Formats: sequence, structure tokens, C-alpha cells
Amino acid sequence: MSLWIWLLIACVLAYAWKIVGYFVPAKFLEDPRTSRVAGTMTIGLLASLTVVNAVVSGQGLAADARLGALAAAAIALALRAPFLVVVIAGAGTAALLRFLGWS
Amino acid sequence: MGLEPPDACAAGTETRSPAVKLLASPAVRVGISISIATGLYGISFGALAVTSGLDFWQAMALSLLLFSGGSQFAFIGVVAGGGSGIAAMSAATLLGMRNGIYGMQLNALLRPTGWRKYIGAQLTIDESTATSTGQSDPAEQRRGFWTAGVGVYVLWNLFTAVGALAGSGLGDPKQWGLDGAAVAAFLALLWPRLKGREPVAIAAVCAVATVVAVPFVPPGVPILGWFSHGRRDEGLEPDVEPYGSRHPGHQQDAAGKHQGAPRGEGTEPGAGS
Repeated sequence: MSLWIWLLIACVLAYAWKIVGYFVPAKFLEDPRTSRVAGTMTIGLLASLTVVNAVVSGQGLAADARLGALAAAAIALALRAPFLVVVIAGAGTAALLRFLGWS
Repeated sequence: MGLEPPDACAAGTETRSPAVKLLASPAVRVGISISIATGLYGISFGALAVTSGLDFWQAMALSLLLFSGGSQFAFIGVVAGGGSGIAAMSAATLLGMRNGIYGMQLNALLRPTGWRKYIGAQLTIDESTATSTGQSDPAEQRRGFWTAGVGVYVLWNLFTAVGALAGSGLGDPKQWGLDGAAVAAFLALLWPRLKGREPVAIAAVCAVATVVAVPFVPPGVPILGWFSHGRRDEGLEPDVEPYGSRHPGHQQDAAGKHQGAPRGEGTEPGAGS
């Protein structure tokens, strides 16, 4: 049940970010720090999330089929595949590697 | 799909019905194709959400109320890794900050009034911002925002439901490589932002810091840990063209050219001559 509470708080805060953008003066946008913080934060968080989902298992690190998914996704992205194809390549590679016996 | 109009920007658009005329708008066409591409991967969000331990309505609440792909994947990614609700909420909220920047840009660009501001805010995401800011004509910018915003919202929620219903019947999600799908999804969200040396350096530092932090802190916290360190005055802009290097982007470029070229005379692009 407590997950519901945090989930709904996340929803409220997500809307708060969005609506705040429509009400702050345009001058604030011209402050380069604003966009730098947002840009840096987005890149940092996405990098962290990629790594956590690729190699973290509980409180340790694990090299398993997810590394294959990471490599396949990188190849698909380098070939400019659309998002859906990248996701399918990741899933397919992980499933295939597990089918072949690599955890 | 059957909605595709005959070749856009072709001569004689003025004689057609309003609906056909609207579909001939480059921004509307880009918006529709982005809606379909993005909506479809709602399936992977729905399936991953329920296999991460959320129930059907929790998955739907994220898509209906939170409605921001990166934040939604962050939330379920932390939950799947055994993180607490507060860690999941924090990761989703930090990732949502860029929508505030988009809101400022769109407010300056579209100048929405009254209720449009409040509805438009909920539809302010990467895709609608990119579709709108990729156009140069104010009317097209407005059409692009609303087409992509409403289109992605409807299809994203529809396919989240499909994925969530299908996901619970899948059995062991690992057998289908769904954890690999999450890895691929995060890399794909990150990829278009890695332009130039600084973003790559930031991403690398955060990735290494995360790995180093893993054994020492509770699950989910490594994702947040990097935030308290380091300089944040690097010369960065938020990426507002997530589709810039992919196929809808090419359409957008092409549309832009169609639109830009014969503007001077105030005629329909490509009409006559």
C-alpha cells in the first residue's frame, strides 16, 4: 500500500514540474544554469539507470545475459534503429543468451 | 494505417475537406508518426511494470497521471531493483525536471491561455516538445504540440494497458528477456543526449560512480547518489530532439524544408508552379 502513496506523490510532483514551467517568467529560462542543471541531471540519471539495470543484482554486481542486451542495444542505436527495435533487440538478446544457458 | 493522406504539401490542399487539410500539415504528420512509434513501446512499459511488482492499476496510474516515459521507467526500474517507494519517487521526480524546462519553452512558443495551459502541461513531454519546436511556423508548432501530445497520451495509455495485461500472463519475465528490454530502453533514452564530449563524460562518471556505490548502499540509492557530488555548471542544454537521429526526425527535417523554402510569397508550399 505504501507504494501507492509514493507512486501518487511521484505523479503529483511530475505534474508540478510541468505546470511550473508554464508559470515561471521567461527570464528564468534565460539563466543558463537552469538548463544546465536539467541537462546534467537527465544524462546522469539515465546513465545510472542503464548501469543499475545492466549489472546490479540486489546489492552486488552480476555479469549475466543483461550485458548482452546492453551490447545489442548499443549496436542497434549505432545503426540508428528506432526505439522499439532497440528494446526488442535488448529483450531478444537476453532471452536468447538465457536459452543458450548463460544465466 | 489508413489515415495517411496523399502526398503532403501537394498542390490543391485548399480544395479538400478540413480533415484532409489538417492531415496534410507536416507537423500533424510528424506528430502522428511519433505517437504511433512511442505509443507502441507503451507495451514494454506495461509489461515491465507488472513484472517489476506493480499491479495493473499502478501501471495505469503512472501512464495516466505521471505520463513521462523516462520517469515512469525510472520508477519501475528502482522498484524492480528492490528499491524503496521513496527512492523510486525521487528518481522519477529528478528525471521529470526537464519537463519544467520544456514547459517554459512551450509557454514562450505557443502562449496557451486558460484551460489549455493546464491540459497542455500534462502533455508536456519529450515527444510533444520535439514535434513542436521542430517546426518554424507558429500554427504548425501549435498543431505539432497538440497532435503529438494527445496522440502519444492516448496510444501510450492504450498500449500500457495491453502490456500490463499481457505481462502478468508471461510467467518468468527473464525467460522473455524483459530485464534486457529495460536495459535497452534506458540506453535508448540516454543515447540521443550523448552529443559531444561533456555529456559523454558526465554519463561515464555517473555510470562508474553508480557501480562503485552499489555494494555500500541500499538498493535504488546508487541511482540517486551521484546527484550530491560534482559540478553542475557544465555547458549543457536539455535535449529536446529525442527523435533527431531516428526516422521520425528525418520526416521532420523533410517537412521543415518543404515548409521553409517557398515561404516568401505567402503561397501554399509547392502550389502551382
